[in-house]
Amino acid sequence: MSEESTLVVSKIKNGTVIDHIPAGRALDILTVLNINGREGYRIAILMNVESKKLGKKDIIKIEGRMLSVEELNIVSLVAPRATINIIEDFAVITKHRVETPNYIEGVLRCPNPTCITNKRSEPIKTKFKTVSKDPIKLQCEYCGAIIAWNEIPKLIARKR
Amino acid sequence: MKERFYQRDVISILEFERSELEYLFEITDKFLNYIDRKLHLLDGKIIALAFFEPSTRTRLSFEVAAKKLGADVISFAGEEALSISKGENLTDTIKMLDNYSDLIVIRHRLEGAAKYAAEIAEKPIINAGDGKQHHPTQAMIDLYTIKKLFGAIDGLTYGVLGDLRYGRAITSFIYGISLFRPKKVYLISPEALRVREEVLELLRNKNIVYEEKYNVEEVIDQLDVLYVTRIQKERFPDPMEYEKVRGSYRVTYELLKHGKKELKVLHPLPKVDEIDHGVDVSTYAAYYIQAKYGVPIRMSLLTLILGAKL
Ligand SMILES: [Zn+2]
Repeated sequence: MSEESTLVVSKIKNGTVIDHIPAGRALDILTVLNINGREGYRIAILMNVESKKLGKKDIIKIEGRMLSVEELNIVSLVAPRATINIIEDFAVITKHRVETPNYIEGVLRCPNPTCITNKRSEPIKTKFKTVSKDPIKLQCEYCGAIIAWNEIPKLIARKR
Repeated sequence: MKERFYQRDVISILEFERSELEYLFEITDKFLNYIDRKLHLLDGKIIALAFFEPSTRTRLSFEVAAKKLGADVISFAGEEALSISKGENLTDTIKMLDNYSDLIVIRHRLEGAAKYAAEIAEKPIINAGDGKQHHPTQAMIDLYTIKKLFGAIDGLTYGVLGDLRYGRAITSFIYGISLFRPKKVYLISPEALRVREEVLELLRNKNIVYEEKYNVEEVIDQLDVLYVTRIQKERFPDPMEYEKVRGSYRVTYELLKHGKKELKVLHPLPKVDEIDHGVDVSTYAAYYIQAKYGVPIRMSLLTLILGAKL
């Protein structure tokens, strides 16, 4: 957490810190996690701060919210090199590096309107194969459509 | 090799290895000798034809292949298919057919429908066309035709002309030749109908030499095979887009005279006006021969999948 030295944000007591987000993508991360700020969590968003590894990066701190494994995978789609720190009582208790799974099921919808997975009346889950991890490129197992890295945020399936 | 086909789903030509296709072709050679006889290899078997999207040629071809082998056929098409696809979902229809039959042939307007059906059904599924994506049995017929005409599929220069973006037969043909060693593949289409990114990606991964072109005239003298398809209005999300490209290419006898003497023109049929009638009676036309191989290829495939003793 030392890298953000020039911008002071208080430490969080319990919650999640998502670090090493590519610069400018923090809001996409919140979008894919379905967090809009009205849930009441205390959230700090740092954008374009200096980073040794990435040159510039974004950081998100969320007080009082842990992430599930599925959410971790979703984060990996937008920020493949992110690290996720779970904080308890001001201390980092676990540190994950997100890893892009080889298959992504159910999280994204297919951009192809004539893909069977977009037929509403069928009980079918989307399934994408990770054909490249850096940069991330996914391919629909049903229709073959290819999804590029920058298309992912708008394809996150919403479960409202 | 026989066991690799037994109870197998046929969703995409890309699931096949070259050696498997060569084996299928060998079996098809044998069936050509018996094509006029009624065989009893599939007596007692029931084959379901589920054509959610209308088709005459492919459906009849499967039906004839099944009946020549002694199988019974259950099917729905046209209005009936329409009401089924409106009234109940694909999942329930496939489950029903899975109970009634030994093998299901499916055509559907949505990409991935056949793969999804294969996940639901216990019985083998043959994809007879799903949206703009796959039409594996057509690709088998096309490759077999080339094998019969030229003795080999490798080493030839191919031109594929038509709707490379939305056409499933032409896409499956490109996938099919990618399993072999073509000398070069020219992908020829109007700008708006260029080949999809996932197809180009596959060609690159398989180190196939290809080049995209707008005009067939430019490359006609280099081709051994010219594969032509029609532009299908119903595949276009936007009718205006269709209006812009309709009639944008036409293969005439005059054009073909600039090509090699041995040049052959293939077409999955039906054709509309993209090939001039003058070509039909010329030595270039291979599409009627190609159409004749539809039944024997499907006979081999059905026999192998259902494990009949040959
Ligand atoms: Zn899809």
